Amino acid sequence: MGQGQAAAVMPRMVQRHRLSTRLWHWLNAMLLYMLFTSGLGIFNAHPRLYWGQYGANFDHAWLEPGRFPGWITLPALYDLAMARHWHLTAAPVLLFSLLVYMFWSLGNGHIRRDLLFRRGELAPGHVWRDIQDHARLRFPTGEAALRYTVLQKGSYGAVIFLLLPVAILTGLAMSPGMNAAWPWLIDLFGGRQSARSIHFIAAFALAAFFLVHILMVLLAGPLNEVRSMLTGRYRVPEKRR
Amino acid sequence: MTRLLSRRALVLGGAAALAGCDRLARHETVRDALFSADNFHKWAQRGLMRPDALAHEFRPDQISPFFRANGTANPDTPAYRALWRSGFADWRLRVGGMVARPLSLSLAQLHAMPHREQITRHDCVEGWSAIGKWRGVPLSLILDAARMHGRARYVVLRCADDMGGGARYYESIDLIDAFHPQTILAFALNDRPLRVANGAPLRLRVERQLGYKHAKYLMAIEAVESLSGIGAGKGGYWEDRAGYDWYAGI
Repeated sequence: MGQGQAAAVMPRMVQRHRLSTRLWHWLNAMLLYMLFTSGLGIFNAHPRLYWGQYGANFDHAWLEPGRFPGWITLPALYDLAMARHWHLTAAPVLLFSLLVYMFWSLGNGHIRRDLLFRRGELAPGHVWRDIQDHARLRFPTGEAALRYTVLQKGSYGAVIFLLLPVAILTGLAMSPGMNAAWPWLIDLFGGRQSARSIHFIAAFALAAFFLVHILMVLLAGPLNEVRSMLTGRYRVPEKRR
Repeated sequence: MTRLLSRRALVLGGAAALAGCDRLARHETVRDALFSADNFHKWAQRGLMRPDALAHEFRPDQISPFFRANGTANPDTPAYRALWRSGFADWRLRVGGMVARPLSLSLAQLHAMPHREQITRHDCVEGWSAIGKWRGVPLSLILDAARMHGRARYVVLRCADDMGGGARYYESIDLIDAFHPQTILAFALNDRPLRVANGAPLRLRVERQLGYKHAKYLMAIEAVESLSGIGAGKGGYWEDRAGYDWYAGI
């Protein structure tokens, strides 16, 4: 019996995701779900978006998407007070868990080892090849499957270091209390209505990430991927010949 | 086929989770937890700001072209109509509760007191904002003139608008906001007497909180030790009726 055959019979299992990553992943999944749906519920109270400091019915709106249907809002029936309770309960948990995760991942080397781009990875040729591989659904196999591709690093990095912080900070910038406490925060985003618009855009960028993420999991083998995020155990895909 | 099933499962799962959240919110403990986030935000914000930290004040050229009115547009009760017809000459603001010297102030008397003018942003809980220039009497001056008791902890604002079934709009703030320099009883918006839609003859401005705290059509203010005996005890009409947060700094 050759070695290649043995490998085919006994797939190689590795410990892929750390406990901190797995816990944060599922906590985040739950929180972002609550925040997105309750956020749409809040948005339905005034479904118009503006740029600048102020904006109400008589001012120019850059987006008027109409009300979101009940199947995607929390609560399903319009209830601004309840939507705000869900949103404002989940939001601080998201903030503090993100901060803990950031510091934890800096400390244990996760960011440096797994998320930082390596030399040459950002070369246009390399990025283009990764885009082609993704488009052709040629996912990495063997050792390469244990590292994130440049597109994965880019999107995970963007979620952790850009989209989530921007969503949280624009959320805080909409608070009149925080405006008095940290006046610089609202200035950073160019006014309360701009902060509200950016908050909305960040929420939909996160939703877009979620959809692509789910699609990729389904295409890459949902069982193996979900198991690795639940238990950490990952079956290394056999090296393509 | 599996993919199609998975996608369908995803959508159904998502909808089921939402229904689950709604059902969860009916449990007493979950409700209590969700409603107590308000306390966290109050604690966090008060910890991050000086008690007298000011809301941003804008330049005259930043004022909204039209200041939207919300909530009651006209109390339209016989008593209010009568006050309005006389140009609010017969209107009085009663200052009572835990005070050593109860007051009854006419609009002319309020006009004669020291004023504060501020161009601030009004943020509705619904999400819109409007910037306007307010003029009014600092609430602290009135509370000092009435010699509020040291035991009082809240100021309750009683309004003329009947919200149905005889329930009048009311709101309440604590002393940190009551004595804040920008907390005024405003009688003018954008250099004109308050219009009925914006709360004539007098409304509260409490600039570090959302719009529903800014009680319109003021009739009386009352210093109290506790909010429990008032309305349903949650400190305001919408707090009692719809479950809005009492602390509306977020």
